[in-house]
Amino acid sequence: MAGQTLYDKLWSQHLVKERGDGTALIYIDRQLLHEVTSPQAFEGLRLARRVPWRLDANLATPDHNVPTTLKERAEGNAGIKDPVSLIQVQTLDDNCVEFGIEEFKINDPRQGIVHVVGPEQGATLPGMTVVCGDSHTATHGAFAALAHGIGTSEVEHVLATQCLLAQKMKNMQVRVEGTLGTGVTAKDVVLAIIGRIGTAGGTGCAIEFAGSAIRELSMEGRMTVCNMAIEAGARVGLIAVDDTTIDYLRDRHYAPTAEQWDAAVADWRGLVSDADARFDKVVTLDAAEIEPQVSWGTSPEMVTGISGEVPDPAEAADETMQRGYTRALEYMGLSARQKITDIRLDKVFIGSCTNSRIEDLREAAKVARGKKVADSIKLAMIVPGSGLVKRQAEVEGLDKVFIEAGFEWREPGCSMCLAMNADKLGAGEHCASTSNRNFEGRQGFGGRTHLVSPAMAAAAAIAGHFVDVRQLAANDDAQVEEA
Amino acid sequence: MNKFVRAEGLVAPLDRANVDTDLIIPKQFLKSIKRTGFGVNLFDELRYLDEGQPGQDVTNRPVNTDFVLNQPRYEGASVLLARRNFGCGSSREHAPWALEDFGFRVVIAPSFADIFYNNAFKNGLLLVPLPEETIDRLFAEVEASEGYRLDVDLEHQRVITPSGEILDFEVDAFRKHCLLEGLDDIGITLKDEDAIRAFEEKHRAARPWLFRDSAQA
Repeated sequence: MAGQTLYDKLWSQHLVKERGDGTALIYIDRQLLHEVTSPQAFEGLRLARRVPWRLDANLATPDHNVPTTLKERAEGNAGIKDPVSLIQVQTLDDNCVEFGIEEFKINDPRQGIVHVVGPEQGATLPGMTVVCGDSHTATHGAFAALAHGIGTSEVEHVLATQCLLAQKMKNMQVRVEGTLGTGVTAKDVVLAIIGRIGTAGGTGCAIEFAGSAIRELSMEGRMTVCNMAIEAGARVGLIAVDDTTIDYLRDRHYAPTAEQWDAAVADWRGLVSDADARFDKVVTLDAAEIEPQVSWGTSPEMVTGISGEVPDPAEAADETMQRGYTRALEYMGLSARQKITDIRLDKVFIGSCTNSRIEDLREAAKVARGKKVADSIKLAMIVPGSGLVKRQAEVEGLDKVFIEAGFEWREPGCSMCLAMNADKLGAGEHCASTSNRNFEGRQGFGGRTHLVSPAMAAAAAIAGHFVDVRQLAANDDAQVEEA
Repeated sequence: MNKFVRAEGLVAPLDRANVDTDLIIPKQFLKSIKRTGFGVNLFDELRYLDEGQPGQDVTNRPVNTDFVLNQPRYEGASVLLARRNFGCGSSREHAPWALEDFGFRVVIAPSFADIFYNNAFKNGLLLVPLPEETIDRLFAEVEASEGYRLDVDLEHQRVITPSGEILDFEVDAFRKHCLLEGLDDIGITLKDEDAIRAFEEKHRAARPWLFRDSAQA
């Protein structure tokens, strides 16, 4: 018999019951909750007079609607100026009190984007099943946790039963072999993968990311890769456990301690695909060929390298795609064959559950240090993923680097990734964004999003247009030598 | 949940691939804490020329007359014909809520994104996958004949065209059962309460660190 994939193992460890109709009951170890997709679930519980199955499996924090300026945040919930947003955040607070669920409230130093907070607290552990009413729950797969986004009805289902009705997914492996070039990051890797397999390339699959380039990534980098599995159509992204995983988790707040830690580590070591495991689909990329990526269109698969150009719709693979390209260029205000480095920017956003962790801020600060944001940039903002990331960055003096360069240093939240709060693009504005989706209107009505890594976003802020961060690094080195 | 057995209705064609959930219902409308009232903002950025706000009276907003759902011939449509990878992007269940609230009972497309697929069925919205060539043909037929209607029969898993052609489609047995009966998933799962408790005990014994109340202090 063929060996098991990591996904197969996680599935069988949580299988409560095969139901005989192609579906199964899967036990859920952790549910993360935020204000946008939970109110109707709690309301459903109330109407049916149900209570949560297991309180300690849940952890909540508001993130999508929270304002990010210090002035507003100083007022707590009262600082939320939009009355509809305020009600939503207040409703989360009220529901958590009513049902007894632990919540990191708006001004708790542990508050932040759920997908940053979970791992940071050790609330995400290898071998867990993790769900959240948010598609970027795939992030937690970086810890070899079976993690995926669910809808509000499923949030209610998990609250009431601690289980999900699920169907087993197919196994897909994406291997990235070799060594990444200098200035090429996890974000570039995952954008290159999506560019290769398309936004439906992983539909119906759990994608395990493997290969030497993935093994070399930090946990932050691995989270960035798994985070965007959903942009390749896969609800689940996974990376096997190794020393990097275990070192990250040691001494985290909710991580086990003493003998339980040892037992857990021994168990986690088994969370890898067997050597003879069979995948339904395998895709391999050469790490050395990946250059810094920039999306030019309105779907994450519309992406190319920094040395590339906007494609000509006439060369699209089929008619449907051709229409998509034409529409995207029109929306983005770009022309066929335009060089990526000629795209001028209005705003820069460094943040989101994809790229707002400490390593991301360090990468951006490295580029911004001693430089100035271009005059043509109306707003360049840094939004840390959590209060603890912000604090760590301040300990390292990164906030000063950013402020001196002309960036705004904000309070944690989802912010301009989806612009549910006041942080948004104006119509027609181009934004270099470290977020995950470049859909029409995503960052604001008529806004034009270009997905990039934190280093590329910082470099674009300084130049006012896209530049190859690898050349910036080379120039800096040359200057150092001259001095 | 709403029952779905059979629906016959006017078809509206949305000729666009990768329709994402941000397009189906933009984020500003996700601030509602209710499950209803999203229909007036379905495809908001395509339907209207201005930026919509939650709770706003839409009657005086400038309408994009080019958009298919604003064309008089598609008024009252209950079947949406779309292209591949429909519903990609976020997990917002507001997307099927908005489609249903607008009046759609069925979406027909070559393929659907996974989370949207789950969410739709939990709300009585039937998703019908058909081969790309068939979809191409349906688009042509809808364009060509005003008042084009389809009859979607879930029980027999078939779509019947005006010319009487029968198009079979696949649907999971469990989802079909739930739709036909209008069953509540939670109620079904709680029938297995004992099995869940037994599993939970075994799971806790094997991996106590997964349970915060069993964790070592």
